[in-house]
Amino acid sequence: MTGAPAIAGSPARAAATSEARRKGGTVSFEGLGKVYRSSAGEVTALSDISLDIRAGEIFGIIGRSGAGKSSLLRTINRLEQPTSGRVRIDGEDIAGLDESGLVGLRRRIGMIFQHFNLLSAKTVRENVALPLRVAGVARDEIAQRVDQTLALVGLEGKGDTYPSRLSGGQKQRVGIARALVSRPEILLCDEATSALDPETTVSILTLLKDINRRLGLTIVLITHEMSVIREICDRVVVIEKGEIVEEGPVWQVFGTPCHAATQALLQPLENGLPEDLAHRLRDTARPGDETVVELRFAGHRTPDLTGLAAAAGGTVRLLSSQVERIQGHAIGQILVGLGAGARPEALGQIADSARVIGYVDATDD
Amino acid sequence: MLTPQMIDRLWQALQDTLLMVGVSAGIAVLAGIPLAVFLVTSDRNGIFPAPRLNRIAGALVNGFRAVPFIVLLVALIPFTRLVAGTTIGVWAAIVPLAVSATPFFARIAEVSLREVDPGLIEAAQSIGCRRWHIVRHVLLPEALPGIIGGFTITVVTMIGASAMAGAVGAGGLGDVAIRYGYQRFDTTVMMAVIAILIVLVCAVQFAGDTAVRRLRAR
Ligand SMILES: Nc1ncnc2c1ncn2[C@@H]1O[C@H](COP(=O)(O)OP(=O)(O)O)[C@@H](O)[C@H]1O
Ligand SMILES: [Mg+2]
Repeated sequence: MTGAPAIAGSPARAAATSEARRKGGTVSFEGLGKVYRSSAGEVTALSDISLDIRAGEIFGIIGRSGAGKSSLLRTINRLEQPTSGRVRIDGEDIAGLDESGLVGLRRRIGMIFQHFNLLSAKTVRENVALPLRVAGVARDEIAQRVDQTLALVGLEGKGDTYPSRLSGGQKQRVGIARALVSRPEILLCDEATSALDPETTVSILTLLKDINRRLGLTIVLITHEMSVIREICDRVVVIEKGEIVEEGPVWQVFGTPCHAATQALLQPLENGLPEDLAHRLRDTARPGDETVVELRFAGHRTPDLTGLAAAAGGTVRLLSSQVERIQGHAIGQILVGLGAGARPEALGQIADSARVIGYVDATDD
Repeated sequence: MLTPQMIDRLWQALQDTLLMVGVSAGIAVLAGIPLAVFLVTSDRNGIFPAPRLNRIAGALVNGFRAVPFIVLLVALIPFTRLVAGTTIGVWAAIVPLAVSATPFFARIAEVSLREVDPGLIEAAQSIGCRRWHIVRHVLLPEALPGIIGGFTITVVTMIGASAMAGAVGAGGLGDVAIRYGYQRFDTTVMMAVIAILIVLVCAVQFAGDTAVRRLRAR
């Protein structure tokens, strides 16, 4: 690794990209469909999904419960066999693999689960060692790699404990270690943080992001928690009733949600109109009223406060604000109250959209 | 009081019972666990799907379980002669005991194997386990406490069934109790046999429970 000639950019960055390229880790779906047939009838879980996941990215899949997220994810390591269409991993169609081919594929793809799925009869060390044991790796190497991986996930010293003695967050770390010990190129996460409390969720997400950076691993992640997507994903796809309804960089999908399903999923992140304002808001202005304007930022510009004051041409009060930075883009909305004589129409240049939502009596404050 | 000859006879009978139950329990484990694994994995949604064979195996198991042991003891005489080379004595009793205990134990073990969380099988598949790895590393170890509990029940049931082995001249505690206690009205012998059986059953149950508790405490 040392002394690699850096032609452009920093050496570390060049090494990281070449590593990612060498390892691969792309997934592509072509016209994928999945129909479950049972005695109760047929359920179409996925239809005509076409999608490319790039090597080294953190890709999010969101959608309501029953939308088909798990079905989609599980076709990547063929825990689920598609009914139609194709899944390619690094260009290779995985439909034709026999048991040995499938075992080989699965050693290149790790997976973690909502309920961790650890073997209760095995210690942490034995759980993490299992992928290597069944692959016939030598005993010394297993011991060494298990120790390394336990250190990577922050579980040094827990090797001889049984999973039942661990907290949820620790269990998921064991799950991550087990998924990483065979040095996969892709990591699949099915609601991996949904059984965890918010604080533990953050620590697991930090770990995943760290692993993604350090190992150049592609992560495909399902969640129903939009905050998880916002925290760590690069790109996201929204699935509704088995179809893709929206896809793109997280800031774009969050900044300009086009589909009703996406808007519904994003709803919990928005605080909406503060309650006290909502009560006092009037549709028509009376003399001396403040004009309440909502400015939305969809990631195309950063709120310019000086410009805002200048454009408003009068007093401007910040009533409520919820702007976040996602992937370097300002996303969210602010509410401002403009004094008499201000020009709300001029605010259109400041934000990605501006609209007067009503009038309040400013003297109430 | 018990005469020295009677104590001798009881001692011999205890050894016969232990031999009959021990050997046939061993066979029941060796044959019953693979049978249970087959019943679970050959299911339509199992890891080695073979629905037709699964139905046949299921029907056979049910058939054997439907026949009372005393009937099986007699009905199996030709088979016993073939396998044990005799139709009389301890070894002649071991054959029907094993034949009756195997499907009994297999069904109990099957229940424990089916209770293994399908998520664990999925996780094993996702890390590149072949199907027999799943049997070896997931199904059997995860179901072990239940299997041991089921084995305990099987052994206790077999101790009871072995009392009928006297019908083929196999001896054992049950035989002594019937011949001396029932046919010669020797209540002391009867009580002694009952006491020994109680101790035996309690010991088996205690050993089984302890093993299960240790495993579950992990
Ligand atoms: N094994 C199965 N058999 C039958 N139907 C299934 C099965 N798995 C999932 N489904 C159905 O497929 C649809 C999509 O399920 P799933 O992929 O689990 O959705 P999500 O993960 O988004 O909640 C649901 O309607 C679900 O009931
Ligand atoms: Mg799901």
